[in-house]
Amino acid sequence: MESISTKQKISKGFPYLLLIILSLPIILGYLWIVISTFSTRCYGLVPVDQQERYFRGLTLSNWSFLTDKSKTLNTSIWLLTLNTFIIAIGLTVGVVLISMMAGYALSRIKFPGRKPFLSLTLILHSFPSVTLLISIYFVLRWIQAIPVLGRGLPIIGGFGYNTLGGVILVSISLQLPLGIWLMKGFFDNVSWDLERAALIDGCSRWRTWWQIMVPQIRPGIAALSIFSFMEGWKSFLIPYSFMTSHAKATLSTLLNEMLSESSPVNYGTLAAVGLFQLLPVILFYIFTQKYLLNIFAGGVKGTA
Amino acid sequence: MKKREEIQTLKQSTGLEWLWFLLPSMILIILFFFLPVLITLFVSGTNMSSSTGFHNWKWVGFRNYKLIAVHPETSKHLWLTIKYVAVTLVFFNVGMALVISLITTHISRRAGYFFRALWLLPRITPTVIYVMMWKFLAANAPYGVLNQIFFQPLGIKPQDWLSAAPFLFIVLVNGYIGASFGMIIFTSAIEAIPKDITIASQVDGANFLQRVRYVIIPYIKWPLLFVTTYQTLSLLTSFEQILVLTNGEFNTEVWSLWAYHRALDNYWGNFQWGFGNALAAVLVVIGIILGIVYMRYFKFNELVQEPKIENL
Repeated sequence: MESISTKQKISKGFPYLLLIILSLPIILGYLWIVISTFSTRCYGLVPVDQQERYFRGLTLSNWSFLTDKSKTLNTSIWLLTLNTFIIAIGLTVGVVLISMMAGYALSRIKFPGRKPFLSLTLILHSFPSVTLLISIYFVLRWIQAIPVLGRGLPIIGGFGYNTLGGVILVSISLQLPLGIWLMKGFFDNVSWDLERAALIDGCSRWRTWWQIMVPQIRPGIAALSIFSFMEGWKSFLIPYSFMTSHAKATLSTLLNEMLSESSPVNYGTLAAVGLFQLLPVILFYIFTQKYLLNIFAGGVKGTA
Repeated sequence: MKKREEIQTLKQSTGLEWLWFLLPSMILIILFFFLPVLITLFVSGTNMSSSTGFHNWKWVGFRNYKLIAVHPETSKHLWLTIKYVAVTLVFFNVGMALVISLITTHISRRAGYFFRALWLLPRITPTVIYVMMWKFLAANAPYGVLNQIFFQPLGIKPQDWLSAAPFLFIVLVNGYIGASFGMIIFTSAIEAIPKDITIASQVDGANFLQRVRYVIIPYIKWPLLFVTTYQTLSLLTSFEQILVLTNGEFNTEVWSLWAYHRALDNYWGNFQWGFGNALAAVLVVIGIILGIVYMRYFKFNELVQEPKIENL
């Protein structure tokens, strides 16, 4: 009797064991970043102090870059945080607004060329946009030459090469196929009666869109906003390619710069800067998981 | 009678408003998709580089493509790319994704949810931070985590595993991100399998592996095919993780990274836009073809039905 129950226990525990083993790199990686952030040095997962004594040397000094008087980073972390934030916000507002407009038209208005446009967004959705980065460089150089718009705007600097606005514009465009497709899906599910009533009462398309339809798809807007914000916050390749000063662009490019330096950097500071950028993402993720799962699955909805 | 008048007014009120709704996205799609595709094809036919500048270049026809064909490094990059895409796809983006979704749908709901959330972490983590974790997992003693908890206790000589097994690590780093895409799609597909079918197979005495083989896999055939084709393209063209991890060192320069390095990011400061764009054009053409193939095969026509509002 007893042997059966232990056997059952083992067979019940087996899937968990397998899952934990498979997930080990993820678990260890995140453990490492948290531990080394608060250690003078870190041997594997063990904090070590200057005399190499194990389980000693816990410290907050790795976080001194936040109030940088000692100039550990050669740059202000808050300026970079602001840049990263501007990119994330710009991307979010741009993608959501433009996708809502296009998604509405594609879902509700009959016009010549609707079907080709829809197929186009679908093809672009699966199209590997990273292959276009080299040519996008040319487009940005060209925009840069336009007076004012190119590089003469406040805050975002303009829309050309080596400006925050340029990074935002490229990011918006590459995200757009997903956004349009998602918003169209949400508009498709709104009842027709509501809109018909508004239109028959003489409401213009714009007012119907903004006052009647947009409030109906709040969950979709929330999902796309969260997703876009996180994409903007973590974006690396676009700012890395199109901002010339990597140490002064975004948190990601700074971290990459520190990581690839040949002279040994302080690993604790490296981990701390990483955790500083990661923390908002994790918090955001914990509270908005449902929305995010929606979009990860929704981005490919109906394809199965 | 009244109804017909209403329809009339509706139709007229449409006008050109759709154009204004679509204008911003059209401009951006033209600027950052259409134009770049044309530029890629065009520049790949020139000798444009940072030494010719944007003005003194010459048209060279297909010379860059011929150069690729005879380039001594071409076969190396091509073979690495094929190997990398195939191995990552089979073992992670499809294989691991399937394993994780199968296990997490057959344990308690909460535990399943927890582990899937865990597997999504690499996808939402900023790439540089995620790669940094792997670098320190693989690092040499005394810093490396793998050396400390696995290899040293087993008596294996500690070393920097990233340079010792670079191919393994580009697969792992990308695989642990890529697996979550398939995981989400497979999970919802598995959960959508009608309960009576599962129960019937259990009544018939099928064990778990038989159920997977004869019930679940046939049921999620389309999602499997979708994830396979979709992820092939994304593995073939994305290089962000490899760029941060090894920057192409230790023989990890896949095709897309090769193009990027040649055209935009190299130590010598000589940007070969013509040659790099020819390398990229190969991928762009593959991307366009596969994109059209997906559209045909995954029944996208059903998704693009006419809107009803104009024909009340």
